[in-house]
Amino acid sequence: MQDSPNTPVHPKRPARRRVAGAFVTWCSDHLARYVFLAVAFSATASLLLIALFILKEGVPFIVKIGFKDFLFASEWDPSAGKFGIYPMIIASLWVTLGAMLIGAPLGVAGAIFLTQFVPRSVMRIIKPMIELLAGIPSVLYGFMGVMVLAPFIRNHLGGPGLSLLAGSIILGIMVLPTVISISVDTINAVPRTYLEGALALGATRWQSVHMVILKAARSGIIASIILAMGRAVGETMAVIMVVGNAVKIPHSALDSVRTLTANIALEMGYATGLHRQALFATGVVLFVVVMILNSLAMAAMKRKTGS
Amino acid sequence: MRIPPKITQAMAVILLGAATLFTVIVLVLIIAFVLKRGVPEISWEFLSTKPKEMGKAGGILPTVIGTVLLPLLAILIALPMGVGTAVYLSEYTRENRITKIIRFGTDCLAGIPSIIFGLFGYIFFVTMLGMGWSMLSGGLTLAIMILPTIIRTSEEAIRAVPQAYREVSCSLAATNWETVYKVVLPNALPGIMTGVMLGIGRSIGETAAVIFTAGSSLMMPNSLNDSVRTMSVHFYLLAREGISNEKAYATAAVLVFAVLFVNLTAYWMMNRFIAKRSR
Repeated sequence: MQDSPNTPVHPKRPARRRVAGAFVTWCSDHLARYVFLAVAFSATASLLLIALFILKEGVPFIVKIGFKDFLFASEWDPSAGKFGIYPMIIASLWVTLGAMLIGAPLGVAGAIFLTQFVPRSVMRIIKPMIELLAGIPSVLYGFMGVMVLAPFIRNHLGGPGLSLLAGSIILGIMVLPTVISISVDTINAVPRTYLEGALALGATRWQSVHMVILKAARSGIIASIILAMGRAVGETMAVIMVVGNAVKIPHSALDSVRTLTANIALEMGYATGLHRQALFATGVVLFVVVMILNSLAMAAMKRKTGS
Repeated sequence: MRIPPKITQAMAVILLGAATLFTVIVLVLIIAFVLKRGVPEISWEFLSTKPKEMGKAGGILPTVIGTVLLPLLAILIALPMGVGTAVYLSEYTRENRITKIIRFGTDCLAGIPSIIFGLFGYIFFVTMLGMGWSMLSGGLTLAIMILPTIIRTSEEAIRAVPQAYREVSCSLAATNWETVYKVVLPNALPGIMTGVMLGIGRSIGETAAVIFTAGSSLMMPNSLNDSVRTMSVHFYLLAREGISNEKAYATAAVLVFAVLFVNLTAYWMMNRFIAKRSR
């Protein structure tokens, strides 16, 4: 695409200045390429830096305390030197699973309904609306949990109100925009001929949806659910506000629990020395779990685009 | 017994419709509840005076300023990096191993929970680089957090610029770089601005990453080295420590307006961009 050297670009300029100008242009063009290449690694470099520092602070602690005494011991008492995060792992697991039990069916159902059973014009209003709500700060959801949901649970189901159940419900609502938005995109990406083929064979709309469209969009929908799981595991402020934060293994959904994220955020403000390292080690566990979930989601997405 | 297809169809529509309606109602109710409780508490005085007794009385002026400055700082840092990455991915290379690494890094970064960003910002910017709890630490941490959003929206915007524009530019003897900054970027600008607004929206709503890096000082910030408190952090502390529910609702309402305004602007820009492109 470059001009040939014989073409006078600015015929009135003296030859020497023309050469100098061309040289500057050539330099800036090549410089730009390398600057862009360097900048392009900023996100990857940040990721590595984050991984490096979290691991650097956390891993020596895990090695020192012992893998088993950190992950599978159930006593957390930093002042007594006891750093077992087993109850929090269990709590994070249950809260996330509960959130998925609520968020995934509602979200996928919403995505199917919006893409298949309402006019396009209605979807064009509702989908952005749901995505706008994804921007609502997470602390607000937590506050709603405290003001509305927890008293409701306390009065009607018993227990302290601030509980695993409350956390699951709030997180389930919070992940809805993620599930809906990504599922809608994947369902919309299914070729229209699939639907037409099924309808032509005499299937009802629902039969074509669940036998043909959902099969074709399966990977993307799974990816949306895994991504939502990552969100739920990592959510902090809303969870702190509604789960009660007692360090114990929950026996029912109405028990107060503390998640991994809550443990970090609650104690980071005053922790020092070994205690602070323990919180970074908790961060390492969280980091690893989230990276695994993200990789799974990416693999599912890739399968979608690959087929 | 087999249920007739017509009945399963009707059942499916009813169930799916109910689920959708439930979702929309819950999400709308949350906003409505906050606004109903909070809006009556908002006054000019609330927005323009300093808080007293840790926020129990008075206004929220320093946190409004923090909420404006911190996301702006984050954008100033993230925008060049994000747009640079997007330009490299779309203008300077084909899909190869390097782009795969870049995309993988970006996607992973997008999925990292904000508390991890908080931990990292605390250990790296606040402690190791000695920036302390400051606007600078908070801005840098938020910048990394919103980088994936900026990269994605910018790349989409740049790819949406018609190939013909580039060809014309190159045929006029412009170099690759001249094409980028004179033709591609100006045309992609509305799309890039969408990413900017989304990034600002996310920064405004963020709490976990901010509280450990920018701190929670209620003083007016005088320089980049001062600690600031954003509205989200202020709201969190008011609600969590039970300082004042009225002030918490009022702060929440202001927060909702801010986030909705920013995100609506982003949508408006995106739609205008798409409309312009498809013409």
